[in-house]
Amino acid sequence: MIEVHNIKKSFDGRVVIEDVSAIMKAGQCNLIIGSSGSGKTVLQKCIVGLFDPDSGNILYGGQQFTSMSREEKTNIRKEIGMLFQGSALFDSLNVEENIMFPLSMFTTDSHRKKLDRVNEVLDRVNLKDVNRKFPAELSGGMKKRVALARAIVLNPKYLFCDEPNSGLDPQTSLVIDKLIKEITIEFNMTTVVNTHDMNSVMEIGDYILYMYQGRKEWEGSKKDIIFSKNERLNSFIFASEFLQDAKDMRMLEMTGKIPSLRNMDDMMRKDGPSL
Amino acid sequence: MTIFNDIGRYLLMIKGMFSKPENHKMYWKEFVHQCTEIGFGSLGIVAIISVFIGAVSTIQTAYQLVSPLIPPSTIAQIVRDTVILEFAPTLVCIVLAGVAGSRIASELGNMRVSEQIDALEIMGVNTKTYLILPKIVAALLMIPMLVVIAMALGIWGGRLAGTAAGILSTSMYDKGLLEFFVPYNVIFALIKSYVFSFIISSIPAFYGYYVKGGALEIGRASTKAVVVSCILILFADYLLSALLL
Repeated sequence: MIEVHNIKKSFDGRVVIEDVSAIMKAGQCNLIIGSSGSGKTVLQKCIVGLFDPDSGNILYGGQQFTSMSREEKTNIRKEIGMLFQGSALFDSLNVEENIMFPLSMFTTDSHRKKLDRVNEVLDRVNLKDVNRKFPAELSGGMKKRVALARAIVLNPKYLFCDEPNSGLDPQTSLVIDKLIKEITIEFNMTTVVNTHDMNSVMEIGDYILYMYQGRKEWEGSKKDIIFSKNERLNSFIFASEFLQDAKDMRMLEMTGKIPSLRNMDDMMRKDGPSL
Repeated sequence: MTIFNDIGRYLLMIKGMFSKPENHKMYWKEFVHQCTEIGFGSLGIVAIISVFIGAVSTIQTAYQLVSPLIPPSTIAQIVRDTVILEFAPTLVCIVLAGVAGSRIASELGNMRVSEQIDALEIMGVNTKTYLILPKIVAALLMIPMLVVIAMALGIWGGRLAGTAAGILSTSMYDKGLLEFFVPYNVIFALIKSYVFSFIISSIPAFYGYYVKGGALEIGRASTKAVVVSCILILFADYLLSALLL
């Protein structure tokens, strides 16, 4: 479990995140959502320790992370896996070497054992015959899967994903989302995902934290999000009229009425979802 | 104020490099890789430059020594001393600042921009120790070797040009090489090459490691790293000459 208490971070006097608190439980996907510039990446980087917060506390399994020495932080970081937005694969290493890197750096296992583990995680992310390929030879979705394999190769307790679906088509995004969800449950990991993809939110979001202009605006589950009355959250998640229509249809189905003042006849004439 | 800020960050980067390696084998592998990149990767250009510098020195020295009172073997002495004292260490290191320095800056800059350095940090790797220290140690080992090779090739290039242009015979050139030879000159050249090696590797590493932005900034950082390295090499060259000669 990761606990975030009253985190504040500023750059050159400009406050980017302020007073953000959250509890992210193990075995579930914890999503940080918000529009671009809302501070979700900064928050995630504070949580993993890439940025030092100005104030506030971060606890990993009850252990104070913010006040730890470099050595203590290194020990925690060995339990962290991270999937970066651009995959962050090492260009000069092939897929096998990329995934083997954490094993070579932090274990004394034989080459055979490391290779077996590499093949195991590659199999887990549904990749075959790519061991000798270099990152430049892979598609965006394959890169993400290799990066995910590298992130989980040391069996981390905590998995962080920064915009895992950026630059991917909806179908590949779904594959990545499902993989993240499955891995989280399978290894009982505390997974923290930064996203602004509403498909991901509805697919994998167990706990959702909505950021608005550097502050926590809303938190809840994916069941709550649909019925949320928070205007800012609603304007974020129902940015497209199609999604607004889908919400109204769902409300109509469940409560027999539509909360918005939109004209039902107009809605029915559209090519959106039908009753 | 920016310059003081940069100097402060540079010193902190150097201090941050010295930590216990997470895995000695991986660090050794990286060190060997850097030795290959910096040493063998620059050997070709160093060889070409050295031979031509020696050749041009011979021809131009002969052109200027018109007095019949000066023996032709003096040409070899002048070529030997200029190559050892100045051309091999300084000129070769300026070229290496462009070749190896820009490579170091762009490699680290690309790693920073594409979040590869962040990925290493998240894994628990001290990126300053793993990425910068092997480059500096490899440069300190390989560049003085390249300078020694450049000395030999420069002198050989002068010999070749001297005979090819009919300026002086090989025996006369060899005789000149042995006359008034001061071994300290070689030591001085090696001292210079060690100082320059540190500049060539640490300055581009600093600009690459702290780059912010995208591809354009990587290019700018790389250019700035080469320019600053060259200026510092020339400054250190003057300082060392004034202090040690």
